[in-house]
Formats: sequence, C-alpha cells, structure tokens
Amino acid sequence: MGLLELQQNLVGHKGRVWNVCWHPSGESIASCGEDKTIRIWTHDKSKWVIKTILTEAHTRTIREVSWSPCGNYIASASFDATVAIWDQKSGQFECNTTLEGHENEVKSVSWSVCGNYLATCSRDKSVWVWGMGVDEYECEDVINAHTQDVKKVKWHPDKLILASASYDDTVKIFDMEQHTNHWICASSLVSHTSTVWSLSFDRTGDRLVTCSDDKTLKIWQEYKPGNEVGIPTPDNEPIWKCVCTLSGYHSRTIYDVDWCKKTGLIVTACGDDIIRVFREEGDSDIHQPTFSLVCSMDNAHTQDVNCSQWNPCIPGLIVSASDDGTVKVWTYSD
Amino acid sequence: MLSFIRKLAINDKIRDGLLPNRAMENAEDILKVKNQKELISKDETELKESIYDLLRTIKDPEKPQTLEQLDVVYEDCINIQEATPGGITVIRVEFNPTVPHCSLATLIGLCIRVKLERHLLAIFKLDIYIKQGAHSTEQEINKQINDKERIAAAMENPNLRELVEKCIKEEE
Repeated sequence: MGLLELQQNLVGHKGRVWNVCWHPSGESIASCGEDKTIRIWTHDKSKWVIKTILTEAHTRTIREVSWSPCGNYIASASFDATVAIWDQKSGQFECNTTLEGHENEVKSVSWSVCGNYLATCSRDKSVWVWGMGVDEYECEDVINAHTQDVKKVKWHPDKLILASASYDDTVKIFDMEQHTNHWICASSLVSHTSTVWSLSFDRTGDRLVTCSDDKTLKIWQEYKPGNEVGIPTPDNEPIWKCVCTLSGYHSRTIYDVDWCKKTGLIVTACGDDIIRVFREEGDSDIHQPTFSLVCSMDNAHTQDVNCSQWNPCIPGLIVSASDDGTVKVWTYSD
Repeated sequence: MLSFIRKLAINDKIRDGLLPNRAMENAEDILKVKNQKELISKDETELKESIYDLLRTIKDPEKPQTLEQLDVVYEDCINIQEATPGGITVIRVEFNPTVPHCSLATLIGLCIRVKLERHLLAIFKLDIYIKQGAHSTEQEINKQINDKERIAAAMENPNLRELVEKCIKEEE
C-alpha cells in the first residue's frame, strides 16, 4: 500500500474551496472558491506561503481556475457567468479581460496545450471555444451537444481535441472540422448512470478517466480506424470504449479525478472526505486494464473533497481543495 | 432533548467562528467534536428528533402552513444511513410534496438542505429525496437537490435566496 502524508495545510479561504491548479512549473498553486478570491501560493524555502490574493473580478463564487501552459495567464470561471483572464504584464496579476457570453454559471475553463484556445462550459448546457489573438479573445464556436449542465471541460494533452463532462451523464469528445473550423462532437461516451463531474486524459491522450455521482470511475480507451484489435469505427471516426469500471471504492459522489502524466497514478476527490490513489497493475492489458486502490486517506479533509491534482513536475505531490475551507498539499509514496 | 438542540446551536456558532481558519482548531475544539460524535452514536433517536424539530417549522413556499402541517415532512422521513468509511454520519431525509406535479418541490428540497446544513455540524452528510412515487418528475428533482454545485449557485441568486430565507426563518 502507498502512503499519503500531509505536507502542509494552506489556510486562508473563507468558506468552500472549489478548485486548485498547479502552475505548469509546479512551483505555485492557484486556488479559488466561495469567497470570490483567487489565492496564489508559492513554495518558499521549505514551505508554502501565500503570495497574492486576487479579488474583485467576480461577483459570485469562483468555480475553477486554470493556469495557461506558459504560466503567464490565469483564467477563472465564475457563477457570475463570466470568465476572467488575469495577466502579469504589470508585474503582478491583473484582470484585463472578461469573457462574457454564457447565460449563467460558468463551471469550468481549460487552456489548450498550445495556449491558443480556451474552452469554457456552463449550466446553460453549452461549451464555448475561444481563440486567442493578440490579447484578444474571440468566441470561435458555441457547441450545443449536451442536454444538461456541462460540469467540466479539458483539452487533450497534445492535440486540439476537447472533452466535456455533463449532468446529462455523458462525456463528449470534440474536434475541429478542418474545412468549416466548427467544433463537432466526434464521440459520445455513454456508460455512467449519473452526473459526470470530472475527467482526465492520461499522458498519451489515448485514454481517459472519468468520475461520477454514480460513485464509479471509468477508464476509456480510444480506438482509431484500422485499430489492430478490430474494433469497428463507424464513419472512419475514432471511437472511445469504456474498458474498465472501478466501483465499490467510493462511498459518495466523486468530484474530481486526475491521471498523473508522470507516474500513471490516478487520484480522486470524493464527497466522503477521502482522497484515494489508484495504480494500474503491471500486467494490465490495455484493452481490459486492471487498477488497484493503493491508498485511501480517511478524513483527508473534514468535509467533501472537491479537487485533487498531481503536481505536473514533481512525482507524488498532490494538492487538494475542500468544502472545509482548506487547501492541502500531500506527498504520495509507494 | 432541549439540551441537545442547545448543543447544536452552540456548535453552529463554533462552526461559524472557525470558518476563516478552521485548521487552527485547538485540542479543546477537537474534543468537542469527539464528544459530539459519541453523543450521536449514543442516541440516534435523539438526533432524528432534533432534525425533525428543524424541519417541521419550515414554511411552505406558497401556503401559510408549515411543512409538518401539510404532511410534507413527518417523523419517519428521517433515516440515519450507514456511515462513510471515515465514520461520518449520513442522514437521509425524504419528503412528500403536496401534489404529484408540485412545481415547488425543488424549492422545498432546497429549504430542507439549507436549514439542516446551517444548523447541523459539518460531520454530517445529507441526502434528500422525494418520497417514492410522490412526484411526476421525482428522479429529476432528486438529482437537482443533491447536486451541491447547483445548490450553491441557487443560493447566490438573490431572489431564490430570499425565498429560502423566508421559508426557513425561525419564529422566536
């Protein structure tokens, strides 16, 4: 069994903390929540310290923060229906752009790996793709593929492929149609029996893990046309198949999942206050993989864990956020 | 019974006071939480009674009566479920909308959740369901009133919030 050790408890937010995001260098953390602030924490010598508190850009809960791949921008999604873009041209983070368009709560925001696109999603059931010009953002497309709230958007780790998770129990994969520049739904992943709260690609982007209110994790594998195992691909489009369901481990809604690009470990944030880590078995067949629970941290927080993310550079480092108002940094070891 | 309610009330204050820096809990606070846990396991019935006392006085959003007077809530509507692996009590509340197409069922669910979350300690998990067969869109409503993101957003809507506050206000 692995071991999860608390490195530090970051206190400062008032009320529920919804989300945390590592800086691409792994040296800073941005967190946000009910108190409408974004807090930036940095590692100073041996501990994490608060560096900046960003306020006044949003009038309601900040649901998610996302650091751009270059690390120079932060995008924040809020229940006030807007997305704020923060830059540090003046030396410190300032909000100079606000993206408006969604009808109500924006729940998630994600930068494409090239940094040229931003995706957002909302209770208004739509996913918006924004293109980035010279300090200008333009809505490139509005995708109305889901029938209910869209809870999460995430880009593929190296391609212009977008995934979204929804209250309609499905996950959808979008890519851009070359001749029209419109984003179309390439695949609909149906298997969960309740709201899909979050998702994460693996390092290759050929696999996805999703987590749900149905208390399960699902692993999905992409099969391209002409795949060696003979999985049919209608219309010559790749298809995603659920190849593994992890049930019986979580006792309440799973709010977040992250697949570590360095170690292949999966971490989950659950409504039963527990952080869990899963590892793929060494002899796992990619078409029928097996995962085992290697760590379960009871009472990781004193209330629901909303978010858990692996550090992008340092293997084993996790940051989590909770309804208990705290952000915690953990070290996982085998 | 009364003393238990008072304890809940005191704890509510403690909880509020701790909100900004809950991690700064001292040994005494931890002891209080521990005692609270022991108290609960000692008497589930007492816990159910105090929850019911909070529920029965919620006012119907459009009628002058309370949820108890309209039989929307009743003593048996509260169940203590199996605890989480970490030992956290799970409370299940069921309610019975007055008519099967009641348009305010979601709002009633919201009132129940907000009132209990405000008055109960953080060591509880709460699930709210419509009584089986009591509403035409039962599953949709169950999903909505147990989605904490939707609840949080709803409570930031000033009009909705005002409605909820009116329904859950305690008459002194």
